[in-house]
Amino acid sequence: MADDNQSELRTVLILRRFAFIVLMEPKLSQKFNLLKAWDSPLPQDQFLTTHARSVQALISSANGPPITAQILQLLPSLKIIATTSAGLDHVDLAECRRRGVAVVNAGKAFAEDAADAAVGQFIDVMRKISASDRYVRDGLWATRGDYPLGSKIGGKKVGIVGLGNIGLEVAKRLEAFGCSVSYNSRSERPNLSYQFYSNVCELAADSDALIICCGLTEQTRHMINKEVLCALGREGVIVNVGRGAIIDEKEMVQCLVRGEIGGAGLDVFENEPDVPKELFALDNVVLSPHQAVLTHEAFMGLGELVTGNLEAFFSNKPLLSPAVID
Amino acid sequence: MDSIDVLTLVPTSISAYLEQELDKRFNVLKLWTVPNKTQFIKDNSSSIRAIVGHGGAGADAELIDSLPKLEIISSFSVGTDKIDLKKCKEKGIRVTNTPDVLTDDVADIAIGLALAVMRRLCESDRYVRSGLWKKGDYKLTTKFTGKTVGIIGLGRIGKAVAKRAEAFSCPIAYFSRTEKPELKYKYYPTVVELASNCDVLVVACPLTEETRHIINREVIDSLGPKGVLINIGRGHHVDESELVSALLEGRLGGAGLDVYQNEPEVPEQLFGLENVVLLPHAGSGTTETRNAMADLVIWNLEAHFLNKPLLTPVV
Repeated sequence: MADDNQSELRTVLILRRFAFIVLMEPKLSQKFNLLKAWDSPLPQDQFLTTHARSVQALISSANGPPITAQILQLLPSLKIIATTSAGLDHVDLAECRRRGVAVVNAGKAFAEDAADAAVGQFIDVMRKISASDRYVRDGLWATRGDYPLGSKIGGKKVGIVGLGNIGLEVAKRLEAFGCSVSYNSRSERPNLSYQFYSNVCELAADSDALIICCGLTEQTRHMINKEVLCALGREGVIVNVGRGAIIDEKEMVQCLVRGEIGGAGLDVFENEPDVPKELFALDNVVLSPHQAVLTHEAFMGLGELVTGNLEAFFSNKPLLSPAVID
Repeated sequence: MDSIDVLTLVPTSISAYLEQELDKRFNVLKLWTVPNKTQFIKDNSSSIRAIVGHGGAGADAELIDSLPKLEIISSFSVGTDKIDLKKCKEKGIRVTNTPDVLTDDVADIAIGLALAVMRRLCESDRYVRSGLWKKGDYKLTTKFTGKTVGIIGLGRIGKAVAKRAEAFSCPIAYFSRTEKPELKYKYYPTVVELASNCDVLVVACPLTEETRHIINREVIDSLGPKGVLINIGRGHHVDESELVSALLEGRLGGAGLDVYQNEPEVPEQLFGLENVVLLPHAGSGTTETRNAMADLVIWNLEAHFLNKPLLTPVV
């Protein structure tokens, strides 16, 4: 039963109750009338047909469901999708363009947190932080002596794959550790002192470590393949805070098991939450459950950004973080 | 020089390379290999001319007094708190350490520990390895970028920590014996004030009588339930039992520790805590740096026995 206040609020559709919604629901409910598909006994398609025909705005998550052409077809009045991720691979962007649906994403809201996580995992792999913490907790320092030595970070050549918001933040941080930074990106960025490589394989060959910071697209799917991993080499380290499918996961696991690359820091996987079990036996691998951006501060910032974008949309003002799509 | 007796306290697990290089040049007496260390030293007391120590093992007054031929102590560390420097000065015994070569590695570990604690990197790694990761599971951690980093001791290592933290847009504050106005960081005249005004407190000063237990209950309480302590100095900088109870009671937000009061013993009550990261004194623990440290030890010893100037003398 809608009260007077509720009837003045503009309607925003949400398909699933994901982490961001759990935390932000109280605040969002004050500003918008939330149409919650998960609250209904109706299957999703039926719910949309029955209740969502006039809905103009949708909040979407990278955790699903994907916003497919099929779903878009059931939302004829949809004009804006606000995704709580920086990544857009879960949205049919071509279909959105065709239908004139604007897409806003997390923009720079997560860039610092993602960069912190990438750098943290990089340091962890190089200096064996998680592995030696495990060693200490298992009581082995007293019985077996010192843990094997790690690898110095200063002076290492780091190749950043994708020099967007996150990649730039990673570069800035690693420079302070004395790393020399190079990158591969869709196009060269002018006015930067970092060395550009148009070919990711050549970047890998010239790097001691690769940090994957790009989005998942047709071009980047399995971009880090056997050839790139071989070029990175036995001492090379790879860190991935992009999307699991950017790396040929099967191939990478084999390289790690066979000692053909030196180590990996992985926040994302091809089929989350499934993680190749072979990795669990390796001490030169650091794993995290897709949490590079999951900080209290990021969520607060994201809440403000999503609210700000939707308010701008409903009052016909410029959107705060329109997704950059090409 | 292979007739020169050198007593080394640095086991193979800390630096096989050092051991190997010492073996090439000197007659090396390896203290960790003998069951009765006191007897061993007695048996060789009239011939030992040099000691090679490390961060955890040096030479106290008693040992120095028992070695009449001792000329030089070359420490495989930058910290010399385990060496009785006063006694060495009195007796004209030279002391060298390994500054600069390990500055970067130790600073890297300080930031690595802060990130690991605040972003729960070790805890997450454990979680994923347990096979328990289910779709929809998540836990929010604490952002590191932009947090105020307080540094105790703004020497080589302290400055290197500050430089890295600045790249994360962290405001820098510090406590030092003297204010350094040429640096644009905020100075606090007491450690308690520094702790009250920062989010991450890094111990980066040498261990002396003045700095023993510089992290006490008052400082820990000032740092508080959201604060994180990073110790890359010496175990005795921290009142360890106070630290443990603060962490168990939630009065301190978290801790990243590389050093302990009685290495290799680590308080077991910490093993179950997810807001703690425990390293086995690995601040300088890279192949590159340990080799560079070993080179410095060797070069200092060679210089001494060839009557040349020492490279990195402390005394």
